[in-house]
Amino acid sequence: MTVLKEILSTGATKAFLSILIGFLVGAVFMMISSEQVGEAWQAGGLLGAFQAALMTVADGYGALFRGSIFNTRADDIVTALRPLTETFRLAGPLIAAGLGISLGFRVGLFNIGGNGQMIFGILWATWISTRVEMPLILHMAVAVIVAILGASLWGALVGFLKATTGAHEVILTIMLNYVAISLFTWFIRSPNLLQNPDAGGTPKSDAPALTAQLPALFPGAYSLHLGFVFAILATVVYWWLMERSAIGYRFRMVGHNPHAARTAGISVERTYVWAMAASAAFVGVAGANQALGTQLGYTETVHSGIGFDGITVALLGGGNAWGVLFAGLLFGAFKAGGPQMQVIGISPEVLGIVQGAIVLFIAAPPLVRAMFRLPALSSTPTLDRVRARLGRKDTAS
Amino acid sequence: MELELQGMTKKFGSVVANDNISLIVRPGEIHSLLGENGAGKSTLMNLLFGLYQPDEGRILLDGKEVSFAGPSDAMAAGIGMVHQHFMLVPVFSVAENVVLGNEPTSVLGVLDLATARERVREISERFGFDIDPDSLIEDLPVGTQQRVEIVKALARDAKVLILDEPTAVLTPQETDEFMEIMRQLAREGTSIVFITHKLREVKAVADVVTVIRGGKVIDSVSPETTVGELASLMVGRDVDLRVTKAEANSGEAVLQVRNLVVVGERQQRVVDDVSFDVHAGEVLCIAGVEGNGQTALAETILGLRTVTSGTITLSGRDITDSGVKDVLEAGVGYVPEDRRKDGLVGDFTIEENFMLDGSFSAPYAKGLAIDFAGRHDHSQKLIEEFDIRTPSLTTLAKKLSGGNQQKVVVARELSRDLKLFVAAQPTRGVDVGSIEFIHESIIKTRDSGIPVLIISTELDEVYGLADRIAVMYRGKVMGIVPPTISREDMGQMMAGIIPAGVKA
Repeated sequence: MTVLKEILSTGATKAFLSILIGFLVGAVFMMISSEQVGEAWQAGGLLGAFQAALMTVADGYGALFRGSIFNTRADDIVTALRPLTETFRLAGPLIAAGLGISLGFRVGLFNIGGNGQMIFGILWATWISTRVEMPLILHMAVAVIVAILGASLWGALVGFLKATTGAHEVILTIMLNYVAISLFTWFIRSPNLLQNPDAGGTPKSDAPALTAQLPALFPGAYSLHLGFVFAILATVVYWWLMERSAIGYRFRMVGHNPHAARTAGISVERTYVWAMAASAAFVGVAGANQALGTQLGYTETVHSGIGFDGITVALLGGGNAWGVLFAGLLFGAFKAGGPQMQVIGISPEVLGIVQGAIVLFIAAPPLVRAMFRLPALSSTPTLDRVRARLGRKDTAS
Repeated sequence: MELELQGMTKKFGSVVANDNISLIVRPGEIHSLLGENGAGKSTLMNLLFGLYQPDEGRILLDGKEVSFAGPSDAMAAGIGMVHQHFMLVPVFSVAENVVLGNEPTSVLGVLDLATARERVREISERFGFDIDPDSLIEDLPVGTQQRVEIVKALARDAKVLILDEPTAVLTPQETDEFMEIMRQLAREGTSIVFITHKLREVKAVADVVTVIRGGKVIDSVSPETTVGELASLMVGRDVDLRVTKAEANSGEAVLQVRNLVVVGERQQRVVDDVSFDVHAGEVLCIAGVEGNGQTALAETILGLRTVTSGTITLSGRDITDSGVKDVLEAGVGYVPEDRRKDGLVGDFTIEENFMLDGSFSAPYAKGLAIDFAGRHDHSQKLIEEFDIRTPSLTTLAKKLSGGNQQKVVVARELSRDLKLFVAAQPTRGVDVGSIEFIHESIIKTRDSGIPVLIISTELDEVYGLADRIAVMYRGKVMGIVPPTISREDMGQMMAGIIPAGVKA
């Protein structure tokens, strides 16, 4: 927990430095993988290679900018702004899932079951969106609520099992991921359940009914839809819940010191159930984005691994609502800008490396401190962990 | 080996933890370092063990100056240390722990456990320890774990052994055995530095007593010195923990405990058929040697433990099977024994700590939202009323001194609407000024007509506060006696004997 606490207390400066190093690491990979650099080396030696390397990096990140924020090569302003709206669209589910995972962290729970929770919510939301007829707006609203409740239920199950049997939530969430995803696969392969009768070789669900789809915010111009607004709302709700409400206060109390919470009359077990339910509910907002923000049918891969991406968003966001919002937007921009980089011949996988490096530097604070000679702490997390372990063993025995 | 420290000084920022400390420990001598918590004893030993570097001063071993960059240097020079919190790996065997950091290896670096086992056996035999080199540390009782620590030090040929508060975790019986081991080690020529704040033990084993207060050596005295003199040297003034209080004006029995039995994790009866009353306007102290069921009793009243049989009644209402929340709401104020574990959230601010058990009600919350203004005003009132010394209300609790932390807990509990106040070890690890303040608060609470139940292992505190004393031994109440009982009789009762002439 100490490491988690330290990671979650990440300040803006450290986050910024981590992002900077992440981009530098990405730049190195771009240089290494670029064919132009190799050719220039053979043709013009070191200087040529150096120039080509700089060009490659500038091209690569230039493409990322054009693909995620502002397309400088567009003819009109509407097209030029499209990348930004794509960033917003893709950031929506990342933000929501990041909030959910963050909430878990702050209660001392490592929820790595985001994918399963999303899918379990999506399962019932798909039922609503493809098998039930309802009027406009109401249909969409019901489907969204069902997606959130379904996910929340799957999360609460984890909390319940942890509270009653003492099983660790990491194991529970991983295993329940398999259960949920396989369950969904079975549903979309069963013709009388959710399978699209017209689907060919790969069974998939029907497309959500028009009335159930998340409506576009700028119809005709952009595919950005209402899901992003839900993500922003979720951020505000998260902020209020965790910073302003007595419920969030109790969540944090249990996260910091379950012994003191118990002595203060709080049921730690019940808190775990509610916290997992709340964590998964935010993840459910991401599920609604995925399932209702599309005009096509989908398979079990509809979760897109966002439950896992949410962990990286939460780590970069430092457990804080606005931090998660920012981190979600950054990683959303990576998703939006990737294809542009591919167009100019740079592997978009480099963005995965950047993303991984950023989180690695966030999660390895001593390394960052050492590299930038930030004031050293009097104690390292490892030392604290050893001390805590010895101290605990001592009082327990 | 003779150990000499000359003018050791260590500063942390503006705080002088050790101020020009000099002392000599002769071969085969048990040298007791006596001082209150925070007097600078542990800092001094960490300097000696190479964990800290001194700002000034020299360390001499047999007259030769040495300097240690780290514990491995100190160990190589023949200094061994047994920490207050054991440095053992719970899932490793005794032999593995003993050689950890200094492993004998055969070809290709394979761990030579046979040699390690042999070493453990040899040392155990020499000192009559009954230690199986193959048992896992986590399966051993605390007293035996401590012996493993000693074996660990001796296995590296320690000639000077530093024992940091070694008896804090031992039962009285284990303590006696431990003191015998110390004597034997000394007879074999080991120099021992025995750090403690327990006067009885100092008098029993020490050859020389050096008293440290405020980072300075106050005096070196012989163990013949009386307990009273040692205590006043240690605290720095005539210790008078007697609390000034008026005669108790006791009323009806508010808390009634009848035939209470609580079975612990190891299936033993931690509370065994206990019955007593606490009346309005009186202080009932539960005295006893630590680990005789007092803590379990307090936790059971609060609802943290499940009652096996018997009843607990508060103002006529049965709270035997009530959960913690209901007990707190019924008007029980509770100060836990270990404030940092159970009483506070270190990473919360003082304000947040005030609302630990009131997070859904005024003045801390309005509906589901935290009432920030109300909380601020109420917290401001509390820190003034309870004289809590803090830079601000938003200071994290873990940044406060022990005394101020304890005052936060006491303030929180006393500020609620109480029918009963229960405090376990209310002044443990608290400075003398805060002790007095907390004692006054407790008496004030009593005088306002609230029944008070205090659990304390400090006899001075028990005599100072109690209107009646219940002595616990092995989960049973030996008897309830007035505070006029002599210390000798009290000591007997704490050892499970009811002395002749005492009506229990």
